[in-house]
Amino acid sequence: MLKTFKIGGIHPNDNKISKGAPIEAMPLPEKVIIPLSQHIGAPAQPCVAKGDKVKVGDLIGTASGFVSSNIHSSVSGTVVAVDAQPDASGVRKPSVTIAVEGDEWNENILRDATELPDLDAKAIIDAVAVAGVVGMGGATFPTQVKLSVPPGKKAEFLIINGVECEPYLTADHRVMLERPDELLTGVELLCRALSVDKAFIGIENNKPDAIRLLGEKAAAHKGVSIEVVPLKVQYPQGGEKQLIDAVVGRQVPSGALPIDTGAVVQNAGTALAVYEAVVKRKPLFERVVTVTGKPLASPRNLLVRVGTPLRALIDYCGGMNESVGKAIGGGPMMGRAICNLDGSVTKGTSGVLLMDASESTRSEAGPCIRCGKCVSVCPMGLEPYLINAMTKKGRIAETESLHPYDCIECGSCSFTCPARIPLLDYIRLAKTEVMKIMRARKS
Amino acid sequence: MEKKLVVSPSPHIHSGNSTQRLMCDVIIALIPAFIVSVIFYGFNALIIAAIAIVTCLATEYLITRFMLGRENTLWDYSAALTGFLLAFNLPPAVPWWIVVLGSIVAIGVGKMSFGGLGRNPFNPALVGRVFLLISFPVQMTTFYHPAALDGTSGATPLAVVKEAVKNHQSLSEVMPQFSYSDMLLGNMAGSMGEIAAFALILGFIYLLVRRVITWRVPVYVLGTMFIFSGILWLIDPEHFVDPLFHLLTGGALLGAIYMATDYVTSPMTKGGMLFYGAGIGLITILIRTWGAYPEGISFAILIMNAAVPLINKYSHPKRFGKTVTKKA
Repeated sequence: MLKTFKIGGIHPNDNKISKGAPIEAMPLPEKVIIPLSQHIGAPAQPCVAKGDKVKVGDLIGTASGFVSSNIHSSVSGTVVAVDAQPDASGVRKPSVTIAVEGDEWNENILRDATELPDLDAKAIIDAVAVAGVVGMGGATFPTQVKLSVPPGKKAEFLIINGVECEPYLTADHRVMLERPDELLTGVELLCRALSVDKAFIGIENNKPDAIRLLGEKAAAHKGVSIEVVPLKVQYPQGGEKQLIDAVVGRQVPSGALPIDTGAVVQNAGTALAVYEAVVKRKPLFERVVTVTGKPLASPRNLLVRVGTPLRALIDYCGGMNESVGKAIGGGPMMGRAICNLDGSVTKGTSGVLLMDASESTRSEAGPCIRCGKCVSVCPMGLEPYLINAMTKKGRIAETESLHPYDCIECGSCSFTCPARIPLLDYIRLAKTEVMKIMRARKS
Repeated sequence: MEKKLVVSPSPHIHSGNSTQRLMCDVIIALIPAFIVSVIFYGFNALIIAAIAIVTCLATEYLITRFMLGRENTLWDYSAALTGFLLAFNLPPAVPWWIVVLGSIVAIGVGKMSFGGLGRNPFNPALVGRVFLLISFPVQMTTFYHPAALDGTSGATPLAVVKEAVKNHQSLSEVMPQFSYSDMLLGNMAGSMGEIAAFALILGFIYLLVRRVITWRVPVYVLGTMFIFSGILWLIDPEHFVDPLFHLLTGGALLGAIYMATDYVTSPMTKGGMLFYGAGIGLITILIRTWGAYPEGISFAILIMNAAVPLINKYSHPKRFGKTVTKKA
């Protein structure tokens, strides 16, 4: 029996239409807009000014505070603006705009290096911080923070997230297939940074080629023990808590952190970024993005520089057409609808998904028939129907006893509801309000 | 101007589940049992089902449009399903006006008076049936054996047993007239839809495959009935009927699979379903063994329906991280 997480879960059609498309470097755009906040935590402070010349990999924003991340230029050229620019959601964010001239890389980047330097844990974590690496699965939590185990806690093992449970997305899958050696070296580095000697790579069974390839390579790997764990396909297995449960059978208690179970989880793409940051001293300024969707002529996996306008990716893969009703940054379950196609690719952009107009609008919600499907699919063991009903009645404070703060916003409840009730919308509202109340009580 | 894009919160895809589809699936699951009753009772079965469905639809339409001033809700098929289920619960020779009355009560009192789909505490079809059973005890308990082509009335197996026990007859004298193969195939006196065990189980398999319901409530109901009646039977087989007889008669399968699992009136969590299902099984056997009626599952379901809000209040799903399993 294949392993999986124990509570809830759904089986959406995986639609991995781009899984056969090899990673392809996308041509440079004419201009990039690089937001200074591409991560969870404080925005970076700009350290360039209008008119400055920059090279690929130059620092343009410095991390401000513990939970923050450095931002680097993804192109060579001239800074034309340091101001607020609308991101993909249309929110103005401090950004650096650079006009592209050539492709000259910072000379500190060792483009051909493959030798693993002999570094201790602190040196690895520092190199990761300098390179501005963040979690690339979408949450974009600064990686050096996750690698710095708080005093009193101890990491026992590393879990690499190669699940990619979101339908359509194939970026991690391609990375695992095309960059397995670099990825495993990245895993080795992460283990050294955490002082652990055991790593698991969780991969869902719908990627047998990646399981086979990484399994063979991991078996031959010298250094820490790396084990590939095939997992039964089930959404949301890529959720951090669900993945730990699936791989090692430990459940992170409510309000606790993964480290409390001894686990540190990193995305497969992040492992590759760590490899590049440490071995090649290459900052995180490009990433693999799946550009996909049924209305798109040629779905692809592109290696894209951060700051490239989303529109350029879509145009490169066949362009918009009449049938497109919605564009999504990320996957269809947890991704965000894009309202500004001139917004940029960021460190957390795992995919750009175009949806057919017929799939883009929600059906009208009917009355709850109390079928209990939302309860049975919730991976956190919550009662979505009840949180929804209480919230609608304005009794938000009372939902605290229903633990809306545990919600991981995976969307399984809304996905499965036969009455098409937008359950997650109301749970998000309850979650935000209840967390506000809890914070107020603490202070 | 550029084409506008839809912007909405995640998730951006849906499973395709719909209320209509679920209701249709239950109707489809009932069809094998309906075919059996048409084979045994002929035109009568068709007429009764048609009257019940049409009256239920008409009642719901009139109340939603003219009393509540709401949109027409017939297309969620829930009213049609209630009518179909009510027909399953009626004797095959029942007069047409009783069917009409039962349908009006089922939808009007059982469902719409509480606000319509999703709000009724009691299973509407059972509200209709129990109303009729209490109001018209003679017509509602006049059955005939399918083999009796002349239409002479005959008692249901459970009624025969009840009568025998009342008259201090030994069960070993009464039981030989029944055969389990007849009960499986529907060759016994009973309500239209309750007679053929195999057809009801066929529908159950369909509902499981389509993931409309889970195995839980039916298995808990039937399991409890089996265990409880089994214990009684082991104590005194001359006085108490065997557990298999209980499961194959008196609408036990119809109730457990199609009525107790009604979404609206059953609990939301696994723990709640166990309590609810076991309660139905227990009360059914209590009524059948010591109560005034030979059958008991309709009352048992309605009684446990009343307990569902309380069950939901105290049974919560197992939360993630509540049981911390240490050490892999």
